[in-house]
Amino acid sequence: MTEVRFTVNGTAQCVEVEPRLTLADMLREECGLTGTHLGCEHGVCGACTVLMDGLPVRSCLVFGVQAEGAEIRTVEGLAAADGTLNVLQRAFQAQHGLQCGFCTPGFLMLATWLLEQKEGVDEARLREVLASNLCRCTGYQNILAAVRVAAQEIRVWREG
Amino acid sequence: MKPARFAHHAPRTLEEALALLATHGEEARVLAGGQSLVPTMAFRMARPAVLVDINRIAPLDHVTVAGGSLRIGALARHARFETQVVEGALGTLLARIAHHIAHPPLRLRGTFCGSLAHADPASEWCAAALALEARMVLARADGLREVAAEDWFQGVFSTALAPGEMLREVVLPLPAPSWRGGFAEFARRAGDFALAMAVVGLRLEGGLVGGARIALGGIGGQPVLAREAMALLEGQAPSSALLDEAAATAARHCDPQEDMHAPAEYRRELVAVMVKRALRQAVSA
Ligand SMILES: Cc1cc2nc3c(=O)[nH]c(=O)nc-3n(C[C@H](O)[C@H](O)[C@H](O)COP(=O)(O)OP(=O)(O)OC[C@H]3O[C@@H](n4cnc5c(N)ncnc54)[C@H](O)[C@@H]3O)c2cc1C
Ligand code: FES
Ligand code: FES
Repeated sequence: MTEVRFTVNGTAQCVEVEPRLTLADMLREECGLTGTHLGCEHGVCGACTVLMDGLPVRSCLVFGVQAEGAEIRTVEGLAAADGTLNVLQRAFQAQHGLQCGFCTPGFLMLATWLLEQKEGVDEARLREVLASNLCRCTGYQNILAAVRVAAQEIRVWREG
Repeated sequence: MKPARFAHHAPRTLEEALALLATHGEEARVLAGGQSLVPTMAFRMARPAVLVDINRIAPLDHVTVAGGSLRIGALARHARFETQVVEGALGTLLARIAHHIAHPPLRLRGTFCGSLAHADPASEWCAAALALEARMVLARADGLREVAAEDWFQGVFSTALAPGEMLREVVLPLPAPSWRGGFAEFARRAGDFALAMAVVGLRLEGGLVGGARIALGGIGGQPVLAREAMALLEGQAPSSALLDEAAATAARHCDPQEDMHAPAEYRRELVAVMVKRALRQAVSA
C-alpha cells in the first residue's frame, strides 16, 4: 500500500491505496466521491474525466498514486456549497444537455477546462474538444448548445 | 481494480529510472502518458510487475532544436505539437498530424515517444517517424545507442527496444528549405484510429521532386515506406498525372490487412486516396 496526499476540490486528502487502483476508483471508493462515473474503464468514453492540476484527464487511465501532490477537481466541486448550480450546470439543465446523466460529469469537467482556456472558444474548438467524450442519449447537439450558451454567458465565446 | 498487481516507482532523475529498468529488466515497463499502457493493463494484456513512471523527470519534457535536428524528449506530450514546435514546413506538418491523434485530453497526456514505443499500427507519429527519417535514442544504465526508424518497427506493437532500455529521445533531422510535407488519414469519426494514412515528405528543387518519402500507416502491421511510389517520383515534375500514378502505385504494392473495421481492399483504395491527398498537399504548400 502507498500513501497518497492530494487535494480534491480544495480539500486535503490522505489515503492508502494499492498502486493498481485508478484515480477514478480512488476518488469513488477512498474519497466517497461517486460523481465521477466509469463507463468503459479503458479511455474511450470520457465519463471519468476530472481535472488534474488544471488539465482534463481520463481518471481511469491515471493511477491514484500518480496524483501524489496534485490538485484534483471533480463534478462535486462545481456547484456552490448550498447546492446552487454554476453557469455551466445551469446551461446543461436549460438546454437539455443531459438525459440519463451518466456521461454528464465527464462532459461538465471537460467543458469546465475548455471554458477556462485564455484563448476563448469558437465553434470549431467547441466541437473538437467535446468530441472527446461519448453520450449514448442526447445526440450531442444539446450538449454543444449548453456549452455554447455558457461560453456566451461568461463572455469567452468567439464568433468563428 | 482491473490491472494485475505491480510496484510503482516514480523516480525524479533519468539515472534513477535507468537503474530501476536495469534491475528489473523484462519485468519492468516505462509508464509515460499511460494512454495505451493503462488500457492494456486493464485488459490484462500487459501485466508488468514494475512500472517506472517517468512523469516526474522534468528534463525529459523537452522539444529542442539543436545541431540541425529536432530533439523530442520522452515526456513531450502530443498536445505540444498542436502549435508549431519548429518554424517552417516540418513544424506545420507535425501540427497538422497532432490534431488527428485521439482527442484533446488524451493529447495532453500521451507522449510522442510513448507512441513510438507502443508502435500501434495506426499511430500517426510512427508513420511520421518513418517518413521523416527519425532516429531513436535509447538509454540504458550503462550507455546509449541509436536506432533508425526503418530498423525500429518489428511488427505490430513491437520494436527494437530491449529490456532495460528507455526511449529517451526521438531525433528528427531538420529538412532543407526546399522540403515540404503532407499528411492525410481516413477515420470514421474524429479521433478514431485511422483506417489508412499517408505521411509524405519531399524536396521541390527547380520544379523537380527529390528525396521523396511516403510512409503508410493504419493498414495493419507496422508502418511501411511506399518505395515503388517514392522511386517513381524521383527527379520528375509533380504533375497531377504523376501524383495519381504514384498514389496508385503505393496502393498496388502495399499489403493492407483485413480486420473488424475494414476489409483489405477497402483499405487499399483508401491508401490511393490518402497518398494522393498527402502528395497534393506537399507540392502545393
Ligand atoms: C481512446 C483512445 C484513442 C486513441 N487514439 C489514438 C490515435 O488516433 N492515434 C494514436 O497514435 N494514438 C492514439 N491513442 C494512443 C495514444 O496516442 C497514446 O498516448 C500513445 O499510444 C502512447 O503514449 P503514452 O505516452 O500514453 O504511452 P504509455 O501508455 O505510457 O506507454 C505505451 C507503451 O510504450 C512504452 N513506453 C512509453 N514511453 C516509453 C519510453 N520513453 N521508453 C520506453 N518505453 C516507453 C510503455 O512501457 C508501454 O509499453 C489513443 C488512445 C486512446 C485511449
Ligand atoms: S471510464 Fe474512463 S474513459 Fe471511459
Ligand atoms: S445523457 Fe445518457 S449518456 Fe449522455
